[in-house]
Parts: sequence; structure tokens; C-alpha cells
Amino acid sequence: MGLVSDTVDSVKSIKFREALHQVITLGLIVTSALVIWKGLMCISGSESPVVVVLSGSMEPGFKRGDILLLHTNKDPIRAGDIVVFNINGRDIPIVHRVIEVHERQDTEQIYLLTKGDNNDMDDRVLYNYGQNWLEKKHILGKAIGFVPYAGWATIIMSEIPIVKYILIGAMALLVLTTKE
Amino acid sequence: MHSFVYRANALLTFAVTILAFMCAMASLSDSFNSPTPSAQVQVLNINWFQKQPNGNDEISMTLNISADLQTLFTWNTKQVFVFLAAEYETPKNSLNQISLWDGIIPSKEHAKFLIHTSNKYRFIDQGSNLRGKEFNLTLHWHVMPKTGKMFADKIVLPGYRLPGEYR
Repeated sequence: MGLVSDTVDSVKSIKFREALHQVITLGLIVTSALVIWKGLMCISGSESPVVVVLSGSMEPGFKRGDILLLHTNKDPIRAGDIVVFNINGRDIPIVHRVIEVHERQDTEQIYLLTKGDNNDMDDRVLYNYGQNWLEKKHILGKAIGFVPYAGWATIIMSEIPIVKYILIGAMALLVLTTKE
Repeated sequence: MHSFVYRANALLTFAVTILAFMCAMASLSDSFNSPTPSAQVQVLNINWFQKQPNGNDEISMTLNISADLQTLFTWNTKQVFVFLAAEYETPKNSLNQISLWDGIIPSKEHAKFLIHTSNKYRFIDQGSNLRGKEFNLTLHWHVMPKTGKMFADKIVLPGYRLPGEYR
């Protein structure tokens, strides 16, 4: 009985105006993150303007945990470009360098072969069975810039999900409990 | 108001902002560098030249590549990725680029080199167009920064010709 009335009292003691203020602050943080993300999408023209490097296949250029900035535009893809591509039927995009380009005269269709700088073999072993070339539709974007280490938080959060929940919980608690 | 968490948060935000600013400045300073690289390539020998059973021409050659890429390096350069590509046009394809050799230059001291090698990647045409084909050898480089924007450029060396007969 005492416990219930205590809880009711503590709920009553939360000032409505203050709570609203905190909700708005929280909303502001979330929306500004969204605005930045969508803004980056507009500038880069790429559906995922930023990717985190997940494997060591481009070492020593890119290490696991580095962030790549992508760009997609009308410029054709040429040998040497670092592209992010998706193989049909697989979720995880791959970041590798183009080593061979064949562009058709009439249709301007493009055939690409890629390879990781740190791999001995080209990527035909990674492609689907019988697939010899990457085509335009597989390419998500071209890497134009590079920020080291910044992607580690993402990797940790996706591999140890509990960290993500603790972090979100702690942040929510912090926002909701702090008084001016 | 001035709790530990608040101060830690403010400090962290400030530190990350400064770090981001410094990274941006480091990347920006790269654009003041105007490099003057040079390169020569000789085709020393055609090792063999044949038509594969599936109809594509394949050729193997020995190359002598010398280049001086020292001016590409700045304080924000992690490495330079350099590769030599054969580039040519065929009736079917408006552009064919085939990487023949590549290498990673880790530092300025290694940026002046002379390499004697046969092609590292297979030189295979999409079709059978290589007999007597004129082609360019292009030395491309991609400067990978410690942080920021990547740079790329090339030197085109025109006027190479493949032999007229299989051997």
C-alpha cells in the first residue's frame, strides 16, 4: 500500500513542463541525427553515404573499423577506383578495388573485375558461381574519402548487441533524469 | 548542472570537434601539394601470345617499369597505390582497362623504383582483338591519406603495339 502511494507521489512530483522539455530535447537529438544522415545522402547521391570497413582485405590502406565516404555520380567507373559492391543474394557489401574494366561501345554497359589490395586472388572466387564480371547494378558507390578508426563503435555495437542496449538505456536515462 | 557527467560530456564533445577539425585541415593541406611524378615503361619481351579455347586472346609479357613518385608524398600520406594498366579500344568495347601490375608504396623512400616483372594479372581480352593491337600503358596512382580525401592521377604512355601473330 505504502509502496503504491509512494510511487504515485513520485510520479506526481515530476513536473509536466519539465518532462515535456526533456522529451523535446530527446526528439531534437534524434531528428538532428536524421537530418545529418539524409543531408549526406543528398550530397553524396549514394543510398548509404558512409560504410564501415569490416574486413582486412584492403590493408594496409583500409583497416577494419575505418570509415569510408562514398559518392555516386554519373562519372564512369575506371580501373583503380575503390568501389563498394553487393553480390546478389548476399547482404554484406564489399569494398574492393577495380582492376579490370570493359565498356561496351553501343550500350555503354560496363564489366568490372575487382580485387582486394591485400588478397592474392581477384574476386571471381567471391562472385556467384559462373559470374565473371560485376556490372553497374552491383555497385553501391565509389570511395572518395577516409576517416580512420571512426567505425569501431558500429562494429562493437553490431557484434555485441548488449552494448548497444546498455548505451541506449544509459543515454535515455541521462536525458530523462537530468534537471536543467 | 556542473556534475561530473556534464563536464565529461563537454570535454569529450570538445575533443572530438577539435579532432575532426584537425583531420579536415590535414586533408585540406594536401591540396597545396603539386606533384611532378615521372614514369617510363618498356615492353621487354612477349613471353607468349595465344587464343584460349573459349575464343579470348591472352598474352604474357615482360615489363620494365621505372617511376619516380616521391613528390606525391605529403605528411598526410599513408601510402600510394600504383598500378600499370593496358588500355585499348576494340570494335565491341569503347574502353578496355586491364591492370597488369600493381604495388603499394609505403613511404617516400620507396617511391623511386625500377621493376622488372612479367604481368602479375592475366592480360585477357574480351574476344579476339589483340593481334597487332595498338595500346596505351597507363601508370595510375591512388594516394591514400592518413585521413581525408583520396587523390588519383595517371601518366599515359601511348604507342605500344602487340605482335601480329600468335606465338
